[in-house]
Amino acid sequence: MTAVVAPATIDAVARGRVRRAARRRSVIAVLAVLVVVAFAVTLMVGRTFYPPGDVLRVVLGQEVPGASFTVGRLRLPRAVLAVVAGLAFGLAGVTFQTMLRNPLASPDVIGITSGASAAAAFAIVVLGWSGSAVSVTAIVAALGVAMAIYGLAFKDGVVGTRLILIGIGVAAMSRSLISWVLSEAGAWDFAEALRWLTGSLNGTTWEATVPALVALLVLGPLLLACARQLAALQLGDDTASALGIRVDRTRVVVIVAAVGLLAFATAACGPIAFVSFLAGPIAARIVGPHGSLLLPAALVGALLVLVADLVGQFALGTRYPVGVVTGVLGAPYLIYLIVRTNRAGGSL
Amino acid sequence: MTSTGTAPAPDAALVRRPGPARVLWLLVVLAVLGALLATSVAIGSRGVGWADIVAALGGSSETIGEAAVTKRIPRTALAVVVGAALGLSGAVMQGVTRNPLADPGVLGINMGASLAVVAGFAWFGLFSETAIVWTAIAGAGVAAVFVYAVGSLGRGGPTPLKLALAGAATAAALTSFVTAITLPRGDIAESIQSWEIGGVGGATFDRIGTVLPFLLVGLAVSLLSARSLNSLALGDELAAGLGERVALVRGVAALGSVLLCGAATAVAGPIAFVGLVVPHLCRLLVGVDHRWLLPFSALTGAALLTAADVVGRVVARPGELDVGILTALIGAPFFIWIVRRQKVREL
Repeated sequence: MTAVVAPATIDAVARGRVRRAARRRSVIAVLAVLVVVAFAVTLMVGRTFYPPGDVLRVVLGQEVPGASFTVGRLRLPRAVLAVVAGLAFGLAGVTFQTMLRNPLASPDVIGITSGASAAAAFAIVVLGWSGSAVSVTAIVAALGVAMAIYGLAFKDGVVGTRLILIGIGVAAMSRSLISWVLSEAGAWDFAEALRWLTGSLNGTTWEATVPALVALLVLGPLLLACARQLAALQLGDDTASALGIRVDRTRVVVIVAAVGLLAFATAACGPIAFVSFLAGPIAARIVGPHGSLLLPAALVGALLVLVADLVGQFALGTRYPVGVVTGVLGAPYLIYLIVRTNRAGGSL
Repeated sequence: MTSTGTAPAPDAALVRRPGPARVLWLLVVLAVLGALLATSVAIGSRGVGWADIVAALGGSSETIGEAAVTKRIPRTALAVVVGAALGLSGAVMQGVTRNPLADPGVLGINMGASLAVVAGFAWFGLFSETAIVWTAIAGAGVAAVFVYAVGSLGRGGPTPLKLALAGAATAAALTSFVTAITLPRGDIAESIQSWEIGGVGGATFDRIGTVLPFLLVGLAVSLLSARSLNSLALGDELAAGLGERVALVRGVAALGSVLLCGAATAVAGPIAFVGLVVPHLCRLLVGVDHRWLLPFSALTGAALLTAADVVGRVVARPGELDVGILTALIGAPFFIWIVRRQKVREL
């Protein structure tokens, strides 16, 4: 009997799988289109509006009077950095959340991003460095902070909740270090402080954008290639190694790649608040529980940063840095997540 | 313990310090505080000779040195008052919630006071000293209730982890709101800056005088609930069995602690981690009896904040470093240490 039923069942399962894969592909395509649209709008809108034709010609390298400077020199680096940082934060955030199996374990909640930010602020404000030296300082600090958090949380194994609490402590310490660095530098500049505390795209130049872009082009595909291994790691170390995954090697590669992405993006625009925390859960809500979240979360991150930057610049009367907008959105969501988890009786 | 004849458990000596040891520690803490007060008046970003200090203490402020010292006296007084309030507030909070991670800063209550003060500046024109204190206390109260409510949802009531997470999330949310309100308001930026970044730097005796009544009420309420907090430490059911009205006691003690940290935030801006570190240190010195722990926490808090203020003036010469930055730098590792020491199942 079963032999007769089975083909039909298998068929149904296979059809379901095809349908879900198709849905996933279409969701990703829609997200990608939205990112492109938001990117284009960022280039067109501003004090002066430029039609799509002008913008396209500037992007293609032609000389358009007026637009060449405004779009090419001011808006283009900003928009590119918004996309790059959003992709990087989203990708790194969802990687940590997947690996530690906890939405609260995103790098901005557990202090890795603010560690990178403290180092970048120190390198730029106190040492007067710029460019890739800043990125290297940020990545070294971020790796150090990540290792410190892991080491401090290690006591008969790592427990997620302890790691998160220790991360919160580390984050508090990094933020006070940032305040210290900025007050050491003499003039307390509120705008500069906000960049390193909550993230800002104001005054973005190509010089800051290029290292982050290169890091994304190198490390992004590497992380995406690890998606299958990461999914296996989620089942637990034993199951993962039974499935043929080299657990330790995968974990090291993934952590280094994710922290690298974060650090390069943070060195360029500061720790844009809560993007890495928000991107994963939002992507999970849209895509559903099947398949890897890495690419959708990256796109959601880019969309978040682009839209929040547009809102911050034009929608509110005052020019808010992008991090303030994402912070006002993200922190209540964090509370909501805690309320929901507590109510469900979960142990977080 | 049923009979006095049984040998005390090994750690009973640690829990029940004999009286003389406590008195000795009391003298030590007072001596340290006295030394710090003297240091705080004598040392600053500007070097001053002894003659100037003596003259300034006598009320003269003619030379630059004397004027500098005259400014340091109210500042020192403010550091003492605020430190005592925060230390005591943290000790009461840890007693009320039975949570070793409780602290006005960690639980986001200071940020509640900050948001209320900034909103008062921005929308209601509440610039007077008294209005600031009232709004800060109201904001602290609302934040405390909110965080406690969020943290006690679900199974197991307000566990340390849930409370600390709820507090951290609330603090993050409130910080974003403070920034969002401050940024477009160039007109109030100066008031906010002098209030929030100033720490204890902008002290005057007038400002201290405004908050002092609130602090004294908070002090009295807190110290009077010491005995009840001892019962609460045994667990809600045992405390009820001992005749405590648990909810009432908890509410009153929490009110005292909110008054203290709200008023402290109103004069000195949000200062974190003093209320976390101090009670833990004091428990090592005098044990867990709240009748000793609370006054000790107040004294040690005063000493810690004065020390932080002195260090902040010395390390950042010729400028000075906000006390809040220093207490966070000392306090955050301490927080991590407590988290590590806790057993996992308690978290």
